[in-house]
Amino acid sequence: MRISPTKFISLLFLVLSVFYLYTAYNIQVFAFDENAPFNARTFPIYLGWAGIVLSSLKIILPEKVTTEVNHKHLDYKSIIYLIIISLIYAAVILKIGYFISTSLFLFASYYFLGERRWGLMFILSFPFVAAFMYLLHGLLNIYLRDPFLKYIGVMG
Amino acid sequence: MIEGILIGLSTALSLTNILMVMVGCFAGTIIGMLPGLGPMTAIALMIPITYGFDPSTGLILMAGVYYGAVFGGSTSSILLNAPGIPGTVATAFDGYPMAQQGKAGKALAIAAYSSFAGGTISAIFLLVAAPSLSKVSLAFRSPDYFALMILGLTAISAFSSKGQFLKAMMMVVLGLMLATVGQDSLSDITRFTFNNMNLTDGISFVLIVMATFAMSEALTIIFRGKDPNRAAKQISLTELGSIKVNKEETIKMAKTIPRSSILGFLIGVLPGAGATIASFLAYGMERNYVNEEEKQKFGKGSVHGLSAPETANNAACSGSFVPLLTLGIPGSGTTAVMLGALLGFGIQPGPRLYQTNPEIFWSVIMSMYIGMVVLLILNLPLIPYIARILAVPRNYLIPLILFFSVTGIYLMSFNNFDIFLMIGIAVVATFLRLYDFPMPPLILAFVLGGLMEETLRRSLLISDGSPNFLWDRPITLIILLITITIVGWQIFSTFRKKN
Repeated sequence: MRISPTKFISLLFLVLSVFYLYTAYNIQVFAFDENAPFNARTFPIYLGWAGIVLSSLKIILPEKVTTEVNHKHLDYKSIIYLIIISLIYAAVILKIGYFISTSLFLFASYYFLGERRWGLMFILSFPFVAAFMYLLHGLLNIYLRDPFLKYIGVMG
Repeated sequence: MIEGILIGLSTALSLTNILMVMVGCFAGTIIGMLPGLGPMTAIALMIPITYGFDPSTGLILMAGVYYGAVFGGSTSSILLNAPGIPGTVATAFDGYPMAQQGKAGKALAIAAYSSFAGGTISAIFLLVAAPSLSKVSLAFRSPDYFALMILGLTAISAFSSKGQFLKAMMMVVLGLMLATVGQDSLSDITRFTFNNMNLTDGISFVLIVMATFAMSEALTIIFRGKDPNRAAKQISLTELGSIKVNKEETIKMAKTIPRSSILGFLIGVLPGAGATIASFLAYGMERNYVNEEEKQKFGKGSVHGLSAPETANNAACSGSFVPLLTLGIPGSGTTAVMLGALLGFGIQPGPRLYQTNPEIFWSVIMSMYIGMVVLLILNLPLIPYIARILAVPRNYLIPLILFFSVTGIYLMSFNNFDIFLMIGIAVVATFLRLYDFPMPPLILAFVLGGLMEETLRRSLLISDGSPNFLWDRPITLIILLITITIVGWQIFSTFRKKN
């Protein structure tokens, strides 16, 4: 039996709703609130049941409008590269600071998306981020945490 | 009232205050354009600056920023499908498809005219009807608010689902589930945090909107890069098109603007409802008003579909000043920030503001007119330059969208957990969008989640746990009946298609 992607997503949503409902019933409330008409559990419990009912209906009812996606037309390679770069960016931003991590992220993203104009890639990464940081930190006085620039004395 | 208007005019037309309106509108437009930086952030940024001004000048500057940021938010909605604020999500429904058809300039011009008209008309309403309208909003009780939010969520599901109502309702539930993460507002009990300290304060709106719109849009463009149909759309994105609005389009706007202004203003007056519900309801209402042929164009670049939410969200901005100025109750998150600023000046907004500080009350109202004119004069000539953001090649645009998204989140929390969470939600959202699960219902549900739980809590506590609150009051009953009609209509139209 072949299950359509929409029904598969609905099945995942059903599992999520069951887990959410289970967690909602296990929310610790104050003893005096246990039998109150409304406590911290009430709304999540309603939501959990709503999720179960809606996803079950989606799974049970026949699909009239099907969404067809041609996987040959999807660029999995580029998106995986981009997600990996973003995850690395998120992992190092606190350690090496905003300026270097953001500049490197932009430079690497341009490269993996097929750009090879090195001069433009450089201008739109390092000087661009520096200008943006000056706008935020220097002109708008928005605090931008960058331990590296602080260490070398560029930022106060 | 005439005396008040004259006081307001003399204050608002001083050189300093005109300059402040101009600076506010310009700064607001620039900040509002950046995905993730909405009016709330823009106004919050202005608070330290306004401490050096007298209260009316400070408030005038913030009002200018507010209008500018709402217009700026519309610009990023139209050009990038990346709304900075929930109030401009509905603008993207038809504005973005219009931009994809090479009519970005025209879409921005329609948005500018509609914003101007909506803001101006509602400022007149505000001037005339502020005191009496505040009584209407006072008449609303928790059950009415709860019913109104159910109506808003059902309406958005019905209108954005492209015939797949159940999918949209599932997104509503998902949005509400995400909104319950973090501390319960009343008892402070933490829910769904799984002992992760980063989730104690809940998930921020900016994170959700960045993930489901900006980042997910960027990933979708890359993901569908090999699709010949999508590739064609990307090429057309670089064509800016004319900013001239033809006679036929002007007639369409002229029909839409009055009704959307009234609706937007009335919704804006209700505390908590604000520009978001106003824009979604105006979009839905407009779809019901137009003929069958026009109805088919909705979601594909309809003039009515673009003009209605743009008019309504600006009208709601003026409307949200009514409870703030007359009752001291903020009508939206943005006016809540302004309330904080007013209290900082030592001014307590409320019914006595007329008597104690008439120059503040009237000058803010009068500066709204000036702000609208400045916004139109400033934004319309700049449209061709603003629209050039579309000419940036995909290889540069995508990383820049991701960069703005990550920066927006990093500025808020300075931790990388939020960035990881945003990437995770964006990946899930990209796959959901691929199979036509709509994101706008999720966003609206997420924004309204906290308030919805709060009003349900009050309603159930007052009625001692009985569901009678749903039909005890005529207003609640009428709103719920409208909701049931929408659901019934969805079931009926599904059944009709089946046969």
